[in-house]
Amino acid sequence: MADEKTIISAHDLVKRFGDVKAVNGISFEVKKGEIFAFLGPNGAGKSTTIKMLTTMLRPTSGELRLAGHDVTRERDSARKAFGIVFQDPSLDEELTAYENMDLHASLYSIPKSKRPARIQTLLELVELWNRHDSYVKTFSGGMRRRLEIARGLLHEPKILFLDEPTLGLDTQTRNLMWDYVQKLSHEKGMTIFFTTHYLEEAEAVAERIAIIDQGTIVASGTTTQLCKQTDTKTLEEAYLKLTGRTLRDESESGNNDGMNFKMALRNRRLR
Amino acid sequence: MDILVVLWLRQMRRYVRSGSRLLGSLGQPILLLLALGYGIGAIYKRAGEGNYLQFLVPGIITQTVLLSAIFWGIIILQDKRFGFLAEMLVAPVSRLRILLGSAIGGATISIIQGTMVFFISFALGFRPHHWALVPAAFLVLVFMSIALTCFGAGLASMVEDFQGFQGINNLLVMPLFFLSGALYPLNNVPTFLRIISTCNPVTYMVDALRYLLAGQSHFGITKDLIIMTITFIVTLTFAVNRFNRIEI
Repeated sequence: MADEKTIISAHDLVKRFGDVKAVNGISFEVKKGEIFAFLGPNGAGKSTTIKMLTTMLRPTSGELRLAGHDVTRERDSARKAFGIVFQDPSLDEELTAYENMDLHASLYSIPKSKRPARIQTLLELVELWNRHDSYVKTFSGGMRRRLEIARGLLHEPKILFLDEPTLGLDTQTRNLMWDYVQKLSHEKGMTIFFTTHYLEEAEAVAERIAIIDQGTIVASGTTTQLCKQTDTKTLEEAYLKLTGRTLRDESESGNNDGMNFKMALRNRRLR
Repeated sequence: MDILVVLWLRQMRRYVRSGSRLLGSLGQPILLLLALGYGIGAIYKRAGEGNYLQFLVPGIITQTVLLSAIFWGIIILQDKRFGFLAEMLVAPVSRLRILLGSAIGGATISIIQGTMVFFISFALGFRPHHWALVPAAFLVLVFMSIALTCFGAGLASMVEDFQGFQGINNLLVMPLFFLSGALYPLNNVPTFLRIISTCNPVTYMVDALRYLLAGQSHFGITKDLIIMTITFIVTLTFAVNRFNRIEI
């Protein structure tokens, strides 16, 4: 079904948590080298979809392929094909920046001889090489994000997943990050799949956009196509027209993302 | 193999760098040895039971290992809550290897702690029954460290937050220690207490260590070792099973 240029394909993907269908039969394709934005309100099923794409959650049903590998059946090959920057920080704070990179290199079995040069190049790229021996716990939020991006690229993935990568970053870091991500896509042909709540970011960076709401994809296409479809002028207007203006209360709405619900409960208990 | 070593090294680095934890975890056994070893020791001797310190040290070593192993589970919990586990779980490495590499690190920490308590006890006047049996005692220490670390890893995989872990400490670790015969001989205790202790797997660890270090045993070393092996199989299965079920 998918032609050669397709690198991510989801077909009739379903994830159910008990009675709740967090993702309800979505299908989409992302082409090689494309910058693809995945948008949706809180609890729409974004995170669940990313978790399935990145092998953290098993789909209830449906087919999911990354770079030609079936995500459930050829998990390790699929894992080697992508890098990810998680929504939440995921560094070992007790280790230095370099040690975090080196640990990642081991996890992806990058040959020892190639590591030092590659790690240095990437850390220089995100302007952290002068701090490579510092503990991550001394890093600011922006520095951590940059380190995570460098780490996600270390094994030279074909696809880079960014789950709300600019959350909590200042404008400078955000612009720098998007410039760099666009460069990666244009120069290296890397496919970028990202989620965000900042629609202006999606409008500026993404070549194609899918909007998910209540577990189904309600629209997809370029910004221009989406605006045309909804008879609006900006992506934000199109988005609001498609997903409605009501607030999503994750813990009360019946039709929401089960994982987020669990997380909300967990967070409440922590307080 | 490589990845197991790397994950082990990660645990070691964290251990060595957390100086306060290292010292803090030795504070309690020293306190117990001083307060109980010398405090209760006098009465114990008058009751005609002999040297209490000799009796107590294997129990305190076991307690150190128990506490250190369960506490190490917090690292898994930290990884889970602060995200590093996600990084490991999406890597092309099986969960079993991630668990094993980390658990071997946790067990190594427990072994180091237990060994340090042995030397501290020596400085406080404890003398092994037979020096020739000390290497065997060390093997028992290794074995129980691995078993208890698996237990800690399994527990940490199940709970969601640190408060939950605190609850486990109070509801599980304390009873396992106090009802293990680590502090008192099981010969003369009331029947209900003896029954509870007989059902407690930690009792057999204490007993095995006591046999090898102090020449005293309630159950006999063969029974101790058999039950320790069963405990190990159960905790390992528990850890693998729970770790596999973690969803982030």
